[in-house]
Amino acid sequence: MIKNGRVIDPANGLDKKCDVLIVDEKIADVGEIEKKAEKVIDATGKIVTPGLIDMHVHFREPGDEEEETIASGSAAAVAAGFTSVVCMPNTNPTIDNETDVEYIHRKGRKARKTHVYTMGAITKQLQGVELAEMGFMAEAGAVGFTDDGNGLQDPAVMLRALKYAAMFDVVIAQHCQDNSFAGNGVMNAGYYSTILGLPGISTLAEEAMLWRDIQLVKKANVRYHAQHISTAGSVELIRAAKKASLPVTCEVTPHHLLLTDQCCAEYDTNYKVNPPLRSAEDIDALKQAIADGLVDALVTDHAPHLQSEKELEFLAAPFGIVGLECALGLYVKALVEPGILSWPGLISLMTERPAKIIGVDKGTLGKGKQGDVTIIDPDAEYEIDVNKFRSKSKNCPYHGWKVTGRVEKTIVGGEIRFSAGD
Amino acid sequence: MALMRKAKHFKWQHKHLLGLRELNSEEITYILDTAKGFEQISTRSVKKAPTLRGKVVVNLFFEDSTRTRNSFTLAASRLSADVIEFTKKASAVSKGETLLDTAKNLEAMGIDIVVIRHSAGGAPKFLSRNIKACVVNAGDGYCEHPTQALLDVYTIRKLKGTLEGLKIAIVGDIAHSRVARSDLWAMSKLGADVILVGPPTLMPAEVGRLPVDVSYSLDEVIEKVDVINMLRIQFERLGGNPFPSVREYSHYFGLTVERMKRAKSDIMVMHPGPINRGLEMESEVADGENSVILDQVKNGLAVRMAVMFLVNQAAAQKI
Repeated sequence: MIKNGRVIDPANGLDKKCDVLIVDEKIADVGEIEKKAEKVIDATGKIVTPGLIDMHVHFREPGDEEEETIASGSAAAVAAGFTSVVCMPNTNPTIDNETDVEYIHRKGRKARKTHVYTMGAITKQLQGVELAEMGFMAEAGAVGFTDDGNGLQDPAVMLRALKYAAMFDVVIAQHCQDNSFAGNGVMNAGYYSTILGLPGISTLAEEAMLWRDIQLVKKANVRYHAQHISTAGSVELIRAAKKASLPVTCEVTPHHLLLTDQCCAEYDTNYKVNPPLRSAEDIDALKQAIADGLVDALVTDHAPHLQSEKELEFLAAPFGIVGLECALGLYVKALVEPGILSWPGLISLMTERPAKIIGVDKGTLGKGKQGDVTIIDPDAEYEIDVNKFRSKSKNCPYHGWKVTGRVEKTIVGGEIRFSAGD
Repeated sequence: MALMRKAKHFKWQHKHLLGLRELNSEEITYILDTAKGFEQISTRSVKKAPTLRGKVVVNLFFEDSTRTRNSFTLAASRLSADVIEFTKKASAVSKGETLLDTAKNLEAMGIDIVVIRHSAGGAPKFLSRNIKACVVNAGDGYCEHPTQALLDVYTIRKLKGTLEGLKIAIVGDIAHSRVARSDLWAMSKLGADVILVGPPTLMPAEVGRLPVDVSYSLDEVIEKVDVINMLRIQFERLGGNPFPSVREYSHYFGLTVERMKRAKSDIMVMHPGPINRGLEMESEVADGENSVILDQVKNGLAVRMAVMFLVNQAAAQKI
């Protein structure tokens, strides 16, 4: 029993001070509850929400366990209030068959932290040529398909994937990047890439593929999700697609809301990420999109890399930022503090809406739903310290940032899996 | 050295020379003034000064270079430093020993100045954050080539007296040129009007935000300028097919005898070398009376001596 918290459950339009009762791993009741409970958590002054969902993480297992494992990644996730995460399939080997999907699930169960889901690859080995066995993977529990890390270049293959996937009511997610525009770029193409002498990635790389995919979606009756959009042009494409009632959704990361390409000026590879950090105008457009309700999910794109890999020339270092363990505070800074979102608005983009995209019965505190609950202290201020991360990797540009909003407890399936101070 | 006395109130602060974007006009002028004092060493019968005696300079070159590397080597030895040559082709994806490991190993041998050329923009800055020695950028990717720009402005100042109010065209592959990047900062900071000339496909992103003008027509620009710097077309850097053919490029952007007829009679013709004769410039122009190409090479020596002298001095003062 969680008593006296501000319970926010956007799916049920709930935002009031009350109690949440969990019995046998499930939500038994929400409201003013008189019953006695075996264990009582006092949540006075705290926010009680459905367990948070991050539908875009890289846990590097199998293949790069020195960077992250499913155990270390899900420990980081649960400490950040996430009760469900979705792994991307660009591991080594690639998650492109049902056995691999089951492997991820098994490792996730063994870690006993969060629910660990995975997307499967759209094409075998992410090569963009032959379709992977999406049907078998969907039956094994894959919650969508993506060639993330790459954009699927060939338009005919993409159309085939969209049409085929329509059989299974799954979402096809795309890392929108047209390689002929992206070239060998390592940061946003613009003034800063010019003065830093680094090859740029034009905003067109993202927008050209997103535009193309939206045309393809019109030919295939399937749900399409644009991953980590980063440009003002992408926002306009999404706006038009939604206006036309196409089944198109999109997600945004904290770094594309808080950091610009100017951050790359000192060649700090912690700012090297793909899609690259864009301009202040792009940030404004993304924030406006969130205010307008065009964005469906907030994700971290948690992408761990070893320090030794990041201690290279900007040109040679890998792309990626770890984001799980600072996510909530960063969203509050980017969205709640400037008044772009209310707390219920923020929670919606971290719970019910991503749950709908990946098609899982989660993200709400409705009676009978699984007992996944996050308790947040919205007023707690703290300094981000990468050295305290549970993630194995520390490639994070927010070290030393002061943020507000901390996770107090994370309850997964009725079991307290994280308590602040543990 | 009169000029050095004149600038006595000024104190050089930088133990690295990474780029000219981060220097102000006073600092750039100070390097040029210092170089002037070193120029006469090369005219003596004993061409040596004891300035860097007991110091070790490493030439850390990850890209092909002959003239820049030789110029640095000669400059260091004229200042009595010991010079280690380290050349290695760096692959885009770092395999084997990383840049950081290489530098740390060299540092363990007790080096004082690292002169680095690298194919990755920012590599010198990265190095300067991680080692104690002075770092001098000898060209990083297409970011900067500060000593080249310093010798360019030195050459211009020597012949024209000042850069103030001069119109200077930089012609060619601006997008992939570190020389253009450094030149435009040095020249604009010293008061010249810089015009970048080349096809739009060889202009960098958001070029309009740089303190320069841009033109796609050499014919429109040729009559107006006091100095013209013809960049080398670097086939090794060109991606894709930014112009249809060498022939068409030369037609629009080559400095030909015909075009020179429309230029000011005292136009200074520059080139960072090595020249693709007949491509960006006809031989008659390269070897003609307006050409200062060999003066540039000569002045490079004095400029590099000045740079090594100054960074070493700054490092000594910081200890």
